Amino acid sequence: MLELAVGAPKINTGDTAWVLVSAALVMFMTPGLALFYGGMVRVKNVLSMLMNNFFCLGLVSIIWAVLTYSLAFSGDNKWIGNLDFFGLKDAANVFPTGLESLTIPPFAFMAFQLMFAIITPALITGAIADRMRFAAWAGFVLLWSILVYAPIAHWVFSPSGWLFQRGALDFAGGTVVHINAGIAALAAILVLGKRKGWPGQVMTPHALPFTLIGAGILWFGWFGFNAGSALAGNKIAAQALINTHMAAAAALVAWLVVERFTSGHATTLGAASGLVAGLVAITPCAGFVGGMAPIYIGLIAGAVCALAVGLKFKLGYDDSYDVVGVHLVGGLVGSLLLGFFADSSINPVVTDEGVFLGGGWSLFGEQVIAVVATLVWSFVVTLVIMFVLKAVLPKGIRVSEDDEETGLDLTQHSETGYALERV
Amino acid sequence: MKLIVGIVKPFKVDDVKEAVKDLGVQGLTVSEVQGFGRQRGHTEVYRGAEYTIDFVPKVRVEVLVDDGDADRVVQKLVETARTGKIGDGKVWVVPVENVVRIRTGESGPDAL
Repeated sequence: MLELAVGAPKINTGDTAWVLVSAALVMFMTPGLALFYGGMVRVKNVLSMLMNNFFCLGLVSIIWAVLTYSLAFSGDNKWIGNLDFFGLKDAANVFPTGLESLTIPPFAFMAFQLMFAIITPALITGAIADRMRFAAWAGFVLLWSILVYAPIAHWVFSPSGWLFQRGALDFAGGTVVHINAGIAALAAILVLGKRKGWPGQVMTPHALPFTLIGAGILWFGWFGFNAGSALAGNKIAAQALINTHMAAAAALVAWLVVERFTSGHATTLGAASGLVAGLVAITPCAGFVGGMAPIYIGLIAGAVCALAVGLKFKLGYDDSYDVVGVHLVGGLVGSLLLGFFADSSINPVVTDEGVFLGGGWSLFGEQVIAVVATLVWSFVVTLVIMFVLKAVLPKGIRVSEDDEETGLDLTQHSETGYALERV
Repeated sequence: MKLIVGIVKPFKVDDVKEAVKDLGVQGLTVSEVQGFGRQRGHTEVYRGAEYTIDFVPKVRVEVLVDDGDADRVVQKLVETARTGKIGDGKVWVVPVENVVRIRTGESGPDAL
């Protein structure tokens, strides 16, 4: 598909304002995520969880400016970008390949995408929690951003990317962000190992109010994540916003209903997790579905993920705070349901309608390919990264047993989360 | 001299404090503790799994008194802290060898 840029691009102030605000909304989701997980950990590890998330804001931003924006969005190679935007060269003035007709400045796009690059590795913090050395986590973020995030972002989000060109649809990153982080989390914990004492020892959340505050921030920020992905202040953005909200709402209720039946209680943790599951599932669908679809997608995601979080006990993997159960499973649900609900009357980009809209199975087929490609690359390369770190770092990737008992706040950061007894 | 120690339900602390003040006791110390006797803990749910939390929050009240006052204070403490339900707690009396007021150096009953 050749795009002829005729004259200078027309910058639209409304579109630009919305995307800039969306960039800020998505940025806010990383601290929100920090609190969401932070409330679930035990007291002795709260700072470590917050730190792992905030660190992504720091390191990923630098790597993005230097390298990964270029790798994700430059050139016309189908697999990976080139170094045209290395060190932000030309990035303020030149659009990524294929995006020359954007009505927002290149930096608005770059800033918006940066926030996605930050939060994607941050999602993994919930799985590796309570036992990973901070130095190992820092090394992981560096390598993973370059070797896993940038390629997959290129495949799906860049018009040059092979999945984009095949016609796979992913409005805001069901594959790039959620399936990617979800399966990477699984790979990471398989190498890292279970927490000492899991699953028998009681490791209940220390501050569920934090978790709920975090969930609220995520819901709020997700309006930027999804509706901002319209890259314009238009009808599709409005549809995406409504879809995002409805999916969160439906999934929250669905999770509570399932929980009430399976364990006898509707919990606040269930409500928080449910709404996030809905938000995850609607992410790939947000600007491509309409009508009651977001509610159906939310109900299904909430119910399926509520059941999926129990898998770790059956299969014996310690996904500490359910990154796999919510992000991998939720992302899979959304990306595949898009094959059923995609609606060209909502968005003309949809050329193959979903199954329920009368289209055949071809979109679903493309979704499957995109999902499998993401799963395979992310899982394999994440495994490799973890093994390399384990081999190369003198003290390894895991804290000692004693340090794990004492807690990471004190042993990794020399700090105490709540010095409440000190005067 | 005696040390009277009471483990009482947290919401009873204010009543207990007022009651012993009325008896002329000058001071007391409270600390937040956990424990269980016949009162059982509670269950919580985390991701569908039930956990039993054995310990129940209580408050430990400690009062230093003259030998002659011990019985009155114990009785008042017991009356005030009682609700009639399991978990009301216990009061016990411990003999004290010496007490010293830090500011003045006074010791013995003068330090109470």
